[in-house]
Amino acid sequence: MRRAAFLQLTTSMGAGLALGAMLPVALKPARALAAPATDAFSPNVWVHVRTDGTVKVMLSKSEMGQGVYTGLPMMVAEELDVPMDRIVVEMAPAEDAYADLLFTHDLTTGGSTSTPDMWPVLRQAGATARAMLVAAAAKQWGVSPASCTTANGVVTSGTHHATYAELAAIAATLPVPTNVPLKDPAQYTVIGTSPKRLDIDAKVRGTAQFGIDVVLPGMLYANIQKSPTFGGTVVSYDATAAKAVPGVVDVFPVSSGVAVVATNTWAAFQGAQKVKVTWKPGMTKSSKELFAEAEHLARTTTVVTDKRGAANLAVAPGKELGAVYKGPFLAHTPMEPMNTTVWVRPDGVEIWSPTQVQSRTKAIGMQITGMPADKVQVHCTFLGGGFGRRLHPDFVVDAVEVGKHMAGKPVKTMWRREDDVKNDAFRPMAVSVVRAKLDGGTVSGWEHRTAQKSIMRTWAPPLFKDGLDAFAVGSCTPEDYAFPNAATYYSDHPYEVPVGFMRAPGANWNCFVTESFMDELAHAAGADPLAFRLANLGPKATRARAVLQLAAEKANWGHPLAGTTQGLALGWWGGAYSAIVADVALNGSQVIVKRAVIAVDIGRVIHPDIALAQVQGALNYGLAMALTAKITLTNGVVDQNNFYDYTVLRMNQSPEIAVYIVPSTESPAGVGELGVPAIAPAIGNAIFRATGKRVRELPFSDALA
Amino acid sequence: MKTITINGVDHQVDVPDDMPLLWVIRDVVGLTGTKFGCGVATCGACTVHLEGDAVRSCMTPMSRAYGKKVTTIEGLSPDGTHPIQVAWVDDAVPQCGYCQPGQMMTASALLAKTPKPSDEEIRTALTGNICRCGCYQRIEAAVKRAAGIA
Repeated sequence: MRRAAFLQLTTSMGAGLALGAMLPVALKPARALAAPATDAFSPNVWVHVRTDGTVKVMLSKSEMGQGVYTGLPMMVAEELDVPMDRIVVEMAPAEDAYADLLFTHDLTTGGSTSTPDMWPVLRQAGATARAMLVAAAAKQWGVSPASCTTANGVVTSGTHHATYAELAAIAATLPVPTNVPLKDPAQYTVIGTSPKRLDIDAKVRGTAQFGIDVVLPGMLYANIQKSPTFGGTVVSYDATAAKAVPGVVDVFPVSSGVAVVATNTWAAFQGAQKVKVTWKPGMTKSSKELFAEAEHLARTTTVVTDKRGAANLAVAPGKELGAVYKGPFLAHTPMEPMNTTVWVRPDGVEIWSPTQVQSRTKAIGMQITGMPADKVQVHCTFLGGGFGRRLHPDFVVDAVEVGKHMAGKPVKTMWRREDDVKNDAFRPMAVSVVRAKLDGGTVSGWEHRTAQKSIMRTWAPPLFKDGLDAFAVGSCTPEDYAFPNAATYYSDHPYEVPVGFMRAPGANWNCFVTESFMDELAHAAGADPLAFRLANLGPKATRARAVLQLAAEKANWGHPLAGTTQGLALGWWGGAYSAIVADVALNGSQVIVKRAVIAVDIGRVIHPDIALAQVQGALNYGLAMALTAKITLTNGVVDQNNFYDYTVLRMNQSPEIAVYIVPSTESPAGVGELGVPAIAPAIGNAIFRATGKRVRELPFSDALA
Repeated sequence: MKTITINGVDHQVDVPDDMPLLWVIRDVVGLTGTKFGCGVATCGACTVHLEGDAVRSCMTPMSRAYGKKVTTIEGLSPDGTHPIQVAWVDDAVPQCGYCQPGQMMTASALLAKTPKPSDEEIRTALTGNICRCGCYQRIEAAVKRAAGIA
């Protein structure tokens, strides 16, 4: 969604609101954090200069592959003048002292907000520490601070030298300055370079600890048989067969179904499948019925936003065109299945979780166990992928309920892959009805109507206002296009299926509609799709224009690879811009993307190689969303089970990807989502060029079958 | 009690014969580098070497593993210096890293048998290993680097 709207939204969320959205619990005010013995100097909660010469940086964001474990500490390393190989990262506890200022005002990792959120905070934290170490040196040597320079963790003035560790004790006695001047970016030696990722050695040796890898003394393992329908409840159950499975130690009901606890994961899985449960069904609708509802809602809604000019298509000059687009539910399927380990003891609760919502995880622990904030500790592990799935802490609720029942013993509650595919917080299904007026080569009017279940209505209620979920309509009417008369209409689509944020939420569907329909308009106008877009971008759309032209140039637009056709699309996410040219071949209903050229503008780049990896990876993720993936319902039951019928991208389907990053000194934007929005429309537009068939329903494999 | 040899160490285990090797490695022996991804041999996260062959440990019953040599990511090299691990670092392959032990076990088994694989052989071997972060381009590059293919 647009940066301006995003900031406006997030600042409207008061502290603690996000927590209240999930559970009516508020964290107590931040406690002073006692520094461990090895920390010699801690000018703020983020930076700890240690006696051994290392610098510990506290990380408030979950590392799920996007590189915050490296990219955020780089901001401290830059301002503090310490080399990256002397940085040690520790996950921050879920305390308000580490709450973010941009997104939810608690510890949450999502929306590509980590980098923009921490950019001012961590540079200032590092600069403050440096200023105090310099002041300590100046005091000790009787010189002026201005005579001191810093490099590689050493302060120098004339013939004087001292390491940060040596100066730490004095620095710790000095007052903490505020608003310390930051470095001139021209002097950067860390930001803009690509040091070795701080988590990579552990990740190639198999020693990185993900949630699933937590091992505790006497730990038990649990799995839950969940309702086959959404909102279904347990009427009765027979645990006889489950209890006969060797290793099963307990069977009991929890709010999401019937839990089986065992001495190993496999026994828990076997046991949970053998519980005979009589369910009271929840929602029993099928996909077809839901699509019919959504289309009716999209066509009739009166909730309007992003109005321009008359905001009335009828009065726009020219010829009217219209189309209906339909997108399915999608499951995130991060490689690490959902899990959390909970140990409830009389003295407190410990929770080990691969979570994107540390604060909500803590709140869930408090609410279910009745323990106060200072007795509930959350340990955020590495996340085996996130993509937004772990912003929805249903798996934490499961684990805490099980842990409470098994109080005294640590229990790891594991989901099977089937539990994950069938019980995701899905990317909402969508129906979009778009119409436009074409006046020669100019789009004179634009109306984008969409019905999608609101995620914010339950996840952060203050962000669902007057029937509008502004997150759900990103990219429906992009600011960069100079449509003189335009409007977006939105309808929430209430149903029991849980929905959640999926990589580039809103845009991952809406951009497909907008950029496919722009292609339809270009074709109707008899214009080249590139020229048509350039003609309809507004005078302020310099960044969108630049990525579009760069991608077209690098892909040699108009000259497809042998045996392919080209398609082009723009993409937007969180104040960043992308354009993709895809060279696509068809083999029956099989879409083969030979090459994708993507140009991005993400503002200042912290770690170019991680940015590159994120763009490559997001593009692959977007391909998986478009090519074959879909979740469908029959009588309320998810039809798909596992990777054999919920098909995601594999190496043999992954194209050559060329990434071009526009050099920029704008504030850094998040980069994790930006590769997603433009790939599906670029492919669809290429398919149209090859076949004359306009694909308006995803996945492509169904549309071309 | 039966004997299973993992990374050169004998372990006495008392588990059902149909229990998958994966859960013995993880929950009984306590080596957590080998990952659970799907449980039905479709994603490759659980890949280990059984007598040098890459196998999906989530669908390998213990009855097929007793008396055989199992190698997991922890046993690929003592210090992270197997050519595949070195290449994985040099090409900065991992993002979340969860699937990477399985990717590396598949890749190392491939190179042990086919030291100079073709592009087709690399893709055929690794298409069974899903990476949701989408590291495929880098995985392919790293396999070639480890094989000394320019």
